[in-house]
Amino acid sequence: MTERVVAAIDQGTTSTRCLLFNRSGRMLAVAQREHRQHYPRPGLVEHDAAEIWRNVTRVVPAALRSAGLTPDNIVGLGIANQRETTLIWNRHTGVPLARAITWQDTRTDGIVARLAEDGHAPLIKEICGLPPATYFAGPRLRWLLDHVPGAREGAEAGEVLFGTMESWLIWWLTGGPDGGRHVSDVTNASRTMLMDVRTLEWSDELLDVLAVPRRMLPEIRPNAEVYGTCTAVLPGVPVAGALGDQQAALVGQACFSPGEIKCTYGTGAFLLMNTGPRLAESTHGLIPTVGYLLGDKPVYALEGAIAMTGSLVQWFRDSLGMIGTAAQIETLASSVPDNGGCYIVPAFSGLYSPRWHPDARGVMVGLTSFINRGHLARAVLEATGWQTREVIDAMNADSGVPVTRLKVDGGMTANHLLMQFVADVLDVPVERPLVSEAVSLGAAYAAGLAVGHWSDLEVLRSNWHRAAAWEPAMDAALRRREHENWGRAVSRSYDWVQTPAGD
Amino acid sequence: MSHPFGGSYSRLVPGFIQSIERAAAVLRLLGTTDRPLGLKEIAAALDLPPPTAHGIVRTLREVGFVEQDMETSRYQLGPGLRELRRGGWDHHDLRARAMNWADSLAGSTGLAVHLGVAVTRSVRLVHHVFRPDGSPQRIRTGEEQPLHATALGKCLLAFAPVATPQARELDLQRWTGRTCTTVPALEAHLAVARRRGWASDTGEYEPGVGGAAAPLRASGGIVVAAIGVVGPVEELFGLGGELRPWLLEQMVGAAREISAALVEGQ
Repeated sequence: MTERVVAAIDQGTTSTRCLLFNRSGRMLAVAQREHRQHYPRPGLVEHDAAEIWRNVTRVVPAALRSAGLTPDNIVGLGIANQRETTLIWNRHTGVPLARAITWQDTRTDGIVARLAEDGHAPLIKEICGLPPATYFAGPRLRWLLDHVPGAREGAEAGEVLFGTMESWLIWWLTGGPDGGRHVSDVTNASRTMLMDVRTLEWSDELLDVLAVPRRMLPEIRPNAEVYGTCTAVLPGVPVAGALGDQQAALVGQACFSPGEIKCTYGTGAFLLMNTGPRLAESTHGLIPTVGYLLGDKPVYALEGAIAMTGSLVQWFRDSLGMIGTAAQIETLASSVPDNGGCYIVPAFSGLYSPRWHPDARGVMVGLTSFINRGHLARAVLEATGWQTREVIDAMNADSGVPVTRLKVDGGMTANHLLMQFVADVLDVPVERPLVSEAVSLGAAYAAGLAVGHWSDLEVLRSNWHRAAAWEPAMDAALRRREHENWGRAVSRSYDWVQTPAGD
Repeated sequence: MSHPFGGSYSRLVPGFIQSIERAAAVLRLLGTTDRPLGLKEIAAALDLPPPTAHGIVRTLREVGFVEQDMETSRYQLGPGLRELRRGGWDHHDLRARAMNWADSLAGSTGLAVHLGVAVTRSVRLVHHVFRPDGSPQRIRTGEEQPLHATALGKCLLAFAPVATPQARELDLQRWTGRTCTTVPALEAHLAVARRRGWASDTGEYEPGVGGAAAPLRASGGIVVAAIGVVGPVEELFGLGGELRPWLLEQMVGAAREISAALVEGQ
């Protein structure tokens, strides 16, 4: 019998991976390649989209090889991608006009400040659900149109296309310059600040506000449908699913009922709560977003976004040279019993949910001669725990129903000291599913649903199994005291950057 | 002609192996600069024929002592060399490398998965994946278990002789009626494990709870940890006491994948 498997591409911030899953959602193979991070100036982070596409063409065959399978075994391909990373390219040559501007890049602070000054904020929030912020793709597209020679003329002439990473990959997979399909999906499009979050279509009003030519935009499609057939990499295999990585994890974690919540710990950390068919308002700094569109009606979600979690560990490794690998931070942190009074607030590109202080920058406080590398390692991990706590507090306040457990996934769930700390500061159990690669699994689920490999969401729900759980064990008084210290540390990160408006 | 690394004298030593000397010279040369070096540069600097230099540097790359930049094809000292002085694998690196395959093993067998390393006189659980049946379970990472009474422990005793004590140095405490409490009995178990390539526990630590474990091998085939499945004895073993073949296949497969992941990134 031929084995039937689903392939997922996880095009992430630091690497591109291909995973293969069988029908019970078990991983059969994984292959990955990192790509270069370009930091032209402080606050700017770029990727070479051509390098990322090359990596896709390498990791997919590598995964097949390691599982001993051929494209004939693959029933469908799903894509999950880093969201809000913005790219423009020439439709005839497939060549990007500039490096992709990533979601961590803050160069659009001037554009965003002007949107607010010009009084557009209420309209934007009303239509797309998002407060204007440097985080989203639309202002980046505006920046590219304003700064890259030939971009605006090319876009108006229909020569230049815009896309986030899923659009770029689907376009190349389905033919590229030779008839590649130019599509996006509802979840990625919902992060552009250009889509009407209720109609799930591009908004002419928002396109006007940001001066974006409609001709350059991809068609917005549901998360699970056959967008086209691969002409490259997996010839003949349907490209059948696409989601932004965080929404993919919501699906991969089988959070299909209102109130269900997951947190993915990767480069950043992202908590999403399923709010069902209702677009929830947040009064506590969360972002209403499209969760997924798998059937006829969209399911919405509330999102809390934390910019720096894994990337803080990476900085600790690469820029400070404190550890040899990311995993070794647990070893270093375990060398001391506590943080020694030291706190790190990683507001490297401002603070995201729920505080939204773009002008905050990172601080390290409580330094004394007593502090050693172990304490710093603790402080790095604890920053992730406390930021999770702040988002959970906001979700509790917005929904009125306290979270009673947290499903976690992503690479940092390998860090048991961190997971225990998260359980301790949240004072609820933290659970990891058997497949901690929920992002890739979610993309595979979408593709598998589209081609009928899985019949419905209930089947997917029955694939979820608990692989680990951490029970809260911190003394309540200690938790209170540490929480207060964290709050005081955060207040010291505020108001550092002075934004030159109109840049 | 003067030899760049004084080989003429060394060659008088009985048992001298020229290729090892040359490999050492390549490493020393790469260590003199932060700049990655091309094959021609290496060959010229050491006065070696390019095919010889190529063979040496390729072999060093395979064992992880040299790495090659994909873009430029140039060579520099590799991560395996740094690991040499570090005193073995970091436990958390092991967990991070093993996690996906440990999950996969729990998924395919329906059993709990343990990953353990040898520490002085016991095996420490570095990773634990719950039995995926929704039953209440407590995470056991960090727990230490006896070497002589668990599958993980016996696997390490059998395959990691440098990292573990001799059987006769162990305190062979009786945990259950099935525990090996004599050195000859334990030695016999270890001999079987070495012959089969994996170790088992038929309720020797906790009554009714069995296990089977296979070694994880890093570069050079050195055993750095063991991975195993844990569950009710009757689920793991057939009536004749033999490990169910499909479990064995899954476990050995996971051990192979994790070992490959350990070798890949050194």
